[in-house]
Amino acid sequence: MTFSPQLEAKFADLITHYPEGRQKGALIPMLLYAQDEVGAVTPEVIAEVASRLNVKPVEVEEVIGYYTMLWRHKRGKHHIQVCTNLSCMLAGGEELYAQVSKKLGIGHRETTPDGQFSLEETECLGACSWAPAVLVNYDFHMKMTPEKLDRLIESLGSKQ
Amino acid sequence: MADLITLTIDGRKLKVPAGTLVIEAAKQAGIEIPAFCYYEGFSLQAACRMCLVEVEKMPKLQPSCTLPAADGMVVHTESPKVADARKGMLEFLLTNHPLDCPVCDKGGECELQDMVFRYGAGESRFTEIKYHQDEKQWSPLVYYDPARCILCYRCVRVCDEGLGVGALGLTYRGVAAEITPSHGDHLECDECGWCIDVCPVGALTSGTYRYQSRPWEMNHTGTICTHCADGCKTTLSVRNGAIIRANNRDRSGYNGEFLCVKGRFGYDFVHSGERLQSPMIRKNGKLEPVSWSEALAAVATKFSEIKARGGKFGVIGSTRTTNEENYYLQKFARQGLGTASVDHHRTGDVPALIDALSGKTDALAAMADLYQAKAALVIGADLAQQHPLIAYQLRANYRHHKMAAYLVNPGASREEQYAKKSVHAPPGKEMEAVASLAGELKGHEDLVVIFGASLRGEGVRQLVSFGDTLGIPVKYVCLVDYSNSRGAMDMGLVPELLPGYRSVREAGMEPGLALDEMLAAKDLDALWAVGANPLESAELASSAAFVVVQDLFLTETARRAEVVLPAQSAYEKNGTVTSVTGEVQKLKAGAKVMGTKADLEIMGLIAKEMGLNLGIWSPDKVFEEIRRTVRGYNIPLPVVATGGAAQTTPVNGRVPAMPRPEHIRPSGDTLFTSGTLGRYSKRLSSVMEAPGELFKG
Repeated sequence: MTFSPQLEAKFADLITHYPEGRQKGALIPMLLYAQDEVGAVTPEVIAEVASRLNVKPVEVEEVIGYYTMLWRHKRGKHHIQVCTNLSCMLAGGEELYAQVSKKLGIGHRETTPDGQFSLEETECLGACSWAPAVLVNYDFHMKMTPEKLDRLIESLGSKQ
Repeated sequence: MADLITLTIDGRKLKVPAGTLVIEAAKQAGIEIPAFCYYEGFSLQAACRMCLVEVEKMPKLQPSCTLPAADGMVVHTESPKVADARKGMLEFLLTNHPLDCPVCDKGGECELQDMVFRYGAGESRFTEIKYHQDEKQWSPLVYYDPARCILCYRCVRVCDEGLGVGALGLTYRGVAAEITPSHGDHLECDECGWCIDVCPVGALTSGTYRYQSRPWEMNHTGTICTHCADGCKTTLSVRNGAIIRANNRDRSGYNGEFLCVKGRFGYDFVHSGERLQSPMIRKNGKLEPVSWSEALAAVATKFSEIKARGGKFGVIGSTRTTNEENYYLQKFARQGLGTASVDHHRTGDVPALIDALSGKTDALAAMADLYQAKAALVIGADLAQQHPLIAYQLRANYRHHKMAAYLVNPGASREEQYAKKSVHAPPGKEMEAVASLAGELKGHEDLVVIFGASLRGEGVRQLVSFGDTLGIPVKYVCLVDYSNSRGAMDMGLVPELLPGYRSVREAGMEPGLALDEMLAAKDLDALWAVGANPLESAELASSAAFVVVQDLFLTETARRAEVVLPAQSAYEKNGTVTSVTGEVQKLKAGAKVMGTKADLEIMGLIAKEMGLNLGIWSPDKVFEEIRRTVRGYNIPLPVVATGGAAQTTPVNGRVPAMPRPEHIRPSGDTLFTSGTLGRYSKRLSSVMEAPGELFKG
């Protein structure tokens, strides 16, 4: 399996950050970056990353199972994470999550059939001061209201 | 030996080497500290907290599986505080455990059950609903029930460290954590099933044994695996004459708990529907079932008639029958029939090695030496596929003693994972590659050389001369392929040699025909195949030959026979076999199959019908004769009788006549094939890894 030249360059650099013989420490960042490009941690990604880091495929399986941020099935183009931890919950996070779920017709860790959106109920995003918080891919949207959220999803949808 | 230190465990003063783990020190004193995750010989886990002990002057309970004994340490293994902690741990382990002991395969031999019984942790304060995940099938042989799993990692470690397969891991987290197989939802591994055996609970269960029996309903018989030549002890669990399970949990035998897929699951041929259960005689061109007396009389009459007119016999013995049977067969052929045409399917040049080692003592390696040697040189063998126990021994040696392995193979093999150096050389070019390793080999204290059938005749002599130039003690293993291949050679099932590597000329005979020559002889009058299937890949040239076959199945050879006699497999009879390392071990009858007889009895009865006096045909009597007359076999009887392995002492002298090496045909068997016999084991072919390939890594 081959990745884009940008990602290959990133991997080449990544490997140099770990001491000799301990390159398997690069496993998690490699999987995250590969997931961003491919959309999921597919069996091909597992085999490729395992062989590049000289670890057994089952070790990659272990890591994928452990970390919720690694997905075996495809995420949407816009991956929406709604925080429902304490601060956000008090500020209406759970209602926001229900709203997105109803609007997109998908539940936790599900993807819309058109592949545009995926939804995840997430743990603390570290944005408690600006609760409730929503994360779309790597972009924070804070002090959310139901209206703002509707507008956000519509604007994302029109960006197809 | 490290310095001895003194510690006190439960009031007993012990002297142990510094660095000994407290759990091991206690074991030496006969004190059992309970543990789920600790497993002798594998890496430490300290996950289960069952082995917590109280150590004076230490503020908290300590896990004795990772605590090195220190001088003056005072340990209490069963104080009230410890018992309370264990009880608490068990309560936690049982929070999500289904407690389905009445239908669990492990019930009655479950370590968790035993512990709960011992500490009386029968009550739980948890009222929450149990987290449950359904059982999964990973392969035809391995099932996993995550709800029963206590996450001790034993399976993960034996698979990764013990076998180098690494097919198991741990995934998810917290309450959802479970063992995962290498390929998402299924296993691609050696299918050895060791993970099932080490599982302290019923989380990993065997596809063949599950729901078949309760452990206490079976009788257990320790015998020797009948597949490859490594001579693993496998303990058959038998109920009503049928084998239900095989493992070696009592660690009897030099293989300890190790068994491969053949030893643990490959016994199903015994109860195959294709087993022959009645003698048969060809009548009007068709094999018809007849009584034993009719069949035996037919063989005896015809043999006597051919013998009387000086006809030409060909006698082919087996690589799986016992030493007693092989000895008796060659005696029958040479003394009873007066023929020197005796052979078997040869798979390695043992006589060449024994001859080349003339004058040396202690030069044949035993299985235990493979675990102790400082360095190993493997030539032309994919050990993980062909000789699983040897592969396991070497890997354990590397893991525990950092043994240096050197490989000279035609392709990749699993040993490359840890080998110091691996050279790929095609058959015939090995010795050049071996010579290039001389400098490095000289640097080790001692060496064990393991070579396959690509080295034979002159090649073996060159190898031994090369070993002599190294200036370090060198021991050798000549690989052969089947459970008693070595014994067949030792017992003189070759045209040139009598038992104990004496020339047939001593018996006033000239060497007869080799196996291929018998098949090719147009004027052969009789072919007698005892547990052999020579016509699997060859034609019998003599159309008039009277063919007698003793076998378990209607093989290609049996289909050509005039008389077929149903024989017993190694799991149904007593006797001895000799492993690839020349170690003699005892077979013990476990299973019963109606209508069959042991080959020794069949031969004895034929002799009786013919009016020959070849001695009493009981395994013990024949073994006594072997011990008395066969050079090298004067082994200590108690060792063998009590189920141990006794190495035959090397024949310290020239082999007077060399069996011709061109008649050696390696079987090419993998981990999932086993000659003709393997074809009748449905389980071996049921797994997706079958049939497997050699030298593919």
